[in-house]
Amino acid sequence: MSEQKIDGIIEKYRGKPGALIHALTEIQHELHWLPREVMEKVAEALEVPFSLVRQIVSFYKTFSLTPKGRHEVHVCTGMTCHLRGAAKLMAKVAEITGLKPGETDTDSRFTLERGSCLGSCSIGPELIVDGKHYGRMTPDKVEDVLKRYE
Amino acid sequence: MTDIVLNIDGKEVTAAAGATVLDAARQAGIHIPTLCHFEKLEAYGGCRLCMVESESRGKTSYVVSCLYPVENGLVVRTRSAKVDKIRRLIIEELMAHAPEAPELVALAREYGADKDRFEKEPIYCILCGLCERYCAEVKQKNAIGFVGNGPEREISFVPEIAAKECNDCKECFPLCPTSYLQAAFVLVESLTFAPAAAEPVAAQG
Amino acid sequence: MPKLESVAALESLRSDILARRDATRPCIAVCAGAACDGLDSITVATAFKSEIAKQGLEGKVDLRVTGCHGYCEKGPNVVVGPKDVCYFEVTPEDVPGIVSATLKGEVFEERVYKDPQTGAKAVHMDEVPFYKHQTRLLIGDNPKIDPMKIEDYIAIDGYAALAKALSTMTPDEVLNEVKKANLRGRGGGGFPAGSKWETTKNAPEKTKYVIVNGHEGESAAFMDRAMLTGNPHKVIEGLIIGAYAIGAQQGFIYTRHDAPRLVEHLKAAMAQAEEYGFMGENILGSGFSCNVELHFDVGIFVSGESSGLMRSIEGNAPEPRPKYIRTSVSGIWDKPSNLNNVETWANVPQIITRGADWFTSIGSERSKGTKLVSLSGNVVNSGIVEVPMGTPLRTLIFDIGGGVRDGKSLKAIHFGGAMGGSIPADQIDAKLDFDEMSKLGAPIGAGGLLVMDEDTDMVEVARYLLDFLVKESCGKCVPCREGMYQMLKILTNITEGKGKTSDLDRLGDLMEVTSAASLCALGKTASDPLKSMMRYFKDEYETRIATGGGAGSQAI
Repeated sequence: MSEQKIDGIIEKYRGKPGALIHALTEIQHELHWLPREVMEKVAEALEVPFSLVRQIVSFYKTFSLTPKGRHEVHVCTGMTCHLRGAAKLMAKVAEITGLKPGETDTDSRFTLERGSCLGSCSIGPELIVDGKHYGRMTPDKVEDVLKRYE
Repeated sequence: MTDIVLNIDGKEVTAAAGATVLDAARQAGIHIPTLCHFEKLEAYGGCRLCMVESESRGKTSYVVSCLYPVENGLVVRTRSAKVDKIRRLIIEELMAHAPEAPELVALAREYGADKDRFEKEPIYCILCGLCERYCAEVKQKNAIGFVGNGPEREISFVPEIAAKECNDCKECFPLCPTSYLQAAFVLVESLTFAPAAAEPVAAQG
Repeated sequence: MPKLESVAALESLRSDILARRDATRPCIAVCAGAACDGLDSITVATAFKSEIAKQGLEGKVDLRVTGCHGYCEKGPNVVVGPKDVCYFEVTPEDVPGIVSATLKGEVFEERVYKDPQTGAKAVHMDEVPFYKHQTRLLIGDNPKIDPMKIEDYIAIDGYAALAKALSTMTPDEVLNEVKKANLRGRGGGGFPAGSKWETTKNAPEKTKYVIVNGHEGESAAFMDRAMLTGNPHKVIEGLIIGAYAIGAQQGFIYTRHDAPRLVEHLKAAMAQAEEYGFMGENILGSGFSCNVELHFDVGIFVSGESSGLMRSIEGNAPEPRPKYIRTSVSGIWDKPSNLNNVETWANVPQIITRGADWFTSIGSERSKGTKLVSLSGNVVNSGIVEVPMGTPLRTLIFDIGGGVRDGKSLKAIHFGGAMGGSIPADQIDAKLDFDEMSKLGAPIGAGGLLVMDEDTDMVEVARYLLDFLVKESCGKCVPCREGMYQMLKILTNITEGKGKTSDLDRLGDLMEVTSAASLCALGKTASDPLKSMMRYFKDEYETRIATGGGAGSQAI
């Protein structure tokens, strides 16, 4: 199913080198990472060198070269969140999950990321799990939030 | 095309329209140092070592000569206190990564750069991109490319292509200003092509 | 909806829409801007919907889910029209009370604004301190619009400026009006938009592009997203007017992929604008055509740099182009490309409708119009603020912002994010003006204003900002890649109590060379925050190095 969908995305952009970022973004949204075979398929179909695909994928933060956990945990590290205590929040999340930013745990439950500013600065510091915002988050409330994600 | 007349280091220089200041200077026998420039490749503007002081319509600015087009009446100074300072610091920054690279050692001597000004983190590659661009532009093989961004940027072979193409080519090797490339290639070769035959070799300058 | 073939067809549609609407009927606008959305305002909207259904009030009370109202600190925000009664921190439990009060023409007292000191209440938008000192020409329409409905925009005179430009003005007249208005780019440099348009217009290539920079990667700047998410048609209208003036046949909107509502609204707005004939072929029957494509940034700050952004639209890594030729002459695929940010484009329709003379009557001597500011940090009332250019920072931070949180004192004001600068509290009477703020070393940038209280560690601020930029840079050119990296290392050492006396000297050289020699705007301005620190807070750095950390080292 998923493979068909990926092939569909690739076909849509066949022969269009300029659509490389579009294609990769759509696949990333679908699979949550970009396996090497998929990158090779993209390179071939869009007629771009594999080295460029690899460069783009490793360049942009949105793309991931490794599989992510079932839940993506972002701690916003934007400036306001930082001023309002994001570092302490990050330390607490790291402690609870045992992860450093960028890592995924062995049972693929969580991937922890530094989040870039999403513009909800007024409710910082923010924890964002699978796109859901938890505003005005404090280290003591983190554990309860993360417990909801298995 | 009409010729352009400009002044470099007090010398009147004629150059073709569309030429860069670096082209014009070299033609006139005036030396400007570069690390990422190679005639067969599109100008890159990455190392910024070829920066010069330019004066045009009374305005002084600092431009990279490998990209800046010549214009009539342009006054160029290839050495000035500020130009030297820029070059010196760039050399010092690069020597944190490739302290023994012969080109850098020679440049450090010329510009009075202190190779120990910044803490050493040798990676032996200064990311000039000569190998990557040569492989893409001249050979059109794309066997090597950049990965990562910011300080994480590095060069990396695509093993499948390198296995096919590199052994009989290696034309990019002599372009490398730090000889990192050769080591990197050996590394990839030893790890990827013949895992049983060779010990992994650490990249060394 | 069949495509509108003429200006008359648009005006007749507008009359139809207005005739179907009852201006006296109460309308409940629930904010779904970034902060309110994060506070689950959608559950409040859902509660209103079911309450209206339960009481059988469809047709008597309207409900609208809108973009950002502005007062993010007190979200979820609800504004009840037509009298603009403001309710703050609304929960689903408040909903029946608000609906009942609205029906009776009364006010639900529990959720109106109360002064934190005196307890005095403020009911209507123009009485609430946060709003009453503002001039909300751009963001003020947000509560009146459901961004998914083009009819809401048409109802408030939307696309009238485009109609006027296409039917009564030549492209040169449009250009001259924008030049006369002295509209300066809101994205950072404050460069006159009209001159930039003119360069692209006069460039010899026939194919030309216009681009909306909606990247907004600057940390703690969130007004462009609020504008684009809450009122996408205003930006599209500005863009098409610009395309007409410049003679561009193709537009691009470049924005973030990580704001789901923004993406949804923009896609819908573009589809509707095309359907109604405001973009695409033969716009409003004028013979002018302009198509617009949507492109997404996929997560790196350098792609907001103009040439990096254009490389990204071409499908390449967003490495800035090293050429000494302006993108307005040679941009996307080497064609002349005019790039302005969201807020700049949003200003265009009102300049055409109301004229340059009206526009220049607002603002300071050299900075005209209003400016959107994202007010955040250690401030009581954070949110999106719109004030005339030239407004004193004191008005922004104290009258509108309510001062510093938790009763603390003001230490510094930071403008312009990671490429901006910090000025000390004694500059509080400085004016929000492109040139004045640049001179002070805290250029407005895109308009992110950060309030910093007495506990803020200024070494840590500079370290944090550089850490951000290092991760967001491309790494192509040496002075930026290595210069920022070395500055970051030195600052990290100082914050860890390992500073050396030679550090300030090394920082000085690094700042100078990084700004002089870097390839693009990111590197050239990366050391600006640190420069402002050296100008106003150097003693804090010296003390920190001398004492090895200890005092004043409270992490922010």
